[in-house]
Amino acid sequence: MEFTSVPDNVALARVTVASMAAQSDLTLNDLEEVKVAVSEAVSNAIIHGYETSPDGQINLEINRYEEFLEIVVQDEGKGIEDVQQAMEPTYSSDPERMGLGFVFMQSFMDGLDVKSEPGRGTLVHMLKKLSK
Amino acid sequence: MNLKVKHYGNTLKVSVSGELDMKVAERFRQVLDRGLEQHPDSNLLLDLSGVSFIDSSGLGVILGRYKKLIKDGRVMVISGARPVVERILELSGIMKIIGVYPTESDALSQLS
Repeated sequence: MEFTSVPDNVALARVTVASMAAQSDLTLNDLEEVKVAVSEAVSNAIIHGYETSPDGQINLEINRYEEFLEIVVQDEGKGIEDVQQAMEPTYSSDPERMGLGFVFMQSFMDGLDVKSEPGRGTLVHMLKKLSK
Repeated sequence: MNLKVKHYGNTLKVSVSGELDMKVAERFRQVLDRGLEQHPDSNLLLDLSGVSFIDSSGLGVILGRYKKLIKDGRVMVISGARPVVERILELSGIMKIIGVYPTESDALSQLS
């Protein structure tokens, strides 16, 4: 699904992913973890990718496979100069945020891969294992 | 998100309910800052019992207020966080610096 970079859509993304994830064998804890990870990825796209401009497009893709749930959040915003640095726990470009976005994504998901190109955008690829 | 602000003695109590994400973070920050400015000698009791979801945007506001309060020698405590919220508080490291208590009376006893 595709939506604009407005704050209301962070909750929309969470609800969409949660409804899809709820059809899988995830515990309530797992479901909450997925919601936090998606919230962080979409918030990052709005705040950092589009610098809170409401005109950006965010693409959210959810695929359910036998063994895992795959979630991809992609924006066409300004991108990240140094992905490695951005993923460090205390890194934040905003003192009111804690620099925990990627930490939560990493902690709560079973796989995280971030690809970014300055001026082109960012793609966040996350995997959550499903219990058999 | 709904916010209720109450002041008694030297305690400013702010009860939050709903989802604490980037959409509401700014309003959350403004309400807390206004209350703390109006009651410059008060400690802060943050009642999170009605919060069903929190992410780093909400946590950032809490941590930011904590930093302001300790500069003034004031205390901040959190009460009533649901297990799902408490887990996020724990993972963020906030529980190492801010007292988190199951009930309001537990939290208030730390302020007195």
